[in-house]
Amino acid sequence: MTTWTVAAPAVSAAFLSSLVEAVEALTIVLAVGTVRGWRPAGLGALAGLALLSLIVVLLDPLLYRVPLHLLQLAIGVLLLLFGMRWLRKAILRAAGVIPLHDEAKVFATETAELRDQQRHYEAQLDWFAALASFKAVVIEGLEVVFIVIAVGAGRGLIVPASIGAIAACVLVAGAGLAIHQPLARVPENVLKFAVGTMLSAFGVFWIGEGLGVPWPGEDIAIIAFAALFFLVALVAVALGRRLRIEALQ
Amino acid sequence: MRALISLLRPLAGLFVDDGLLALAVICIVLLTALLASLMPSMTLAAGVILLFGCLLALLTNVLRAARHKRVR
Repeated sequence: MTTWTVAAPAVSAAFLSSLVEAVEALTIVLAVGTVRGWRPAGLGALAGLALLSLIVVLLDPLLYRVPLHLLQLAIGVLLLLFGMRWLRKAILRAAGVIPLHDEAKVFATETAELRDQQRHYEAQLDWFAALASFKAVVIEGLEVVFIVIAVGAGRGLIVPASIGAIAACVLVAGAGLAIHQPLARVPENVLKFAVGTMLSAFGVFWIGEGLGVPWPGEDIAIIAFAALFFLVALVAVALGRRLRIEALQ
Repeated sequence: MRALISLLRPLAGLFVDDGLLALAVICIVLLTALLASLMPSMTLAAGVILLFGCLLALLTNVLRAARHKRVR
């Protein structure tokens, strides 16, 4: 039976991570639309969404053929790698070791590149523009697809996780269409911090399940793991900040 | 071949940013799997090693990056 304790982290992880990825994809699509018009931007984005849908449709039946413990183990390892990658980056950004992701800067760079290409390849530019939009949607969307499958497949939560992801994408697309500007105010690093924490916790949990570890409290263990990852991440930010300051002196 | 590499690189990039962290995670998972299969009565201990091993790997990796300021 699906419990709220395991469904809520899965849905919120899918929603928050999709929010981050959708904001990043939207920035590129908006840049393409601003420089080259909305037709190639929209067509590229739609083609990207079609490819992502195809991937989900093809992957879904395959997942049911894999033995559950193997699926949990494989997804757990990928989730742990993915989550710890995000968490590491979020910690380093929060500690000031690497700069924060700046959507306004990405938008400016992308529009400058497209304008440069406009001068050189006027005739083919619609293709370049559509391709840029397509690539952004596919690359960011693949992360969303992976997260939805990873947090949902082990316990039959693909549908709730998908709803969380789609809600985030619709929210971002709606906001982007309304303001026609990159969503620079979304606290991306805070979201990455939260999602990295959750995905790492899910990763540890699934690997343990795949190996037959009898986690105390079963699904509730995910929340305890997330709390531990969060605590360690906060300590890492504080220590990282101190080391960074010492290195600068 | 080049096209295949350019296709696979972003896919690999989804999971691996810092090679050392990824390697540490894989080693911890392998150690956990080995312990769980060799000592089935100690699977909970293997799980504890997995959890705290990953936390330690994350902390040391971040501190190393902050110390060296050589972060991708």
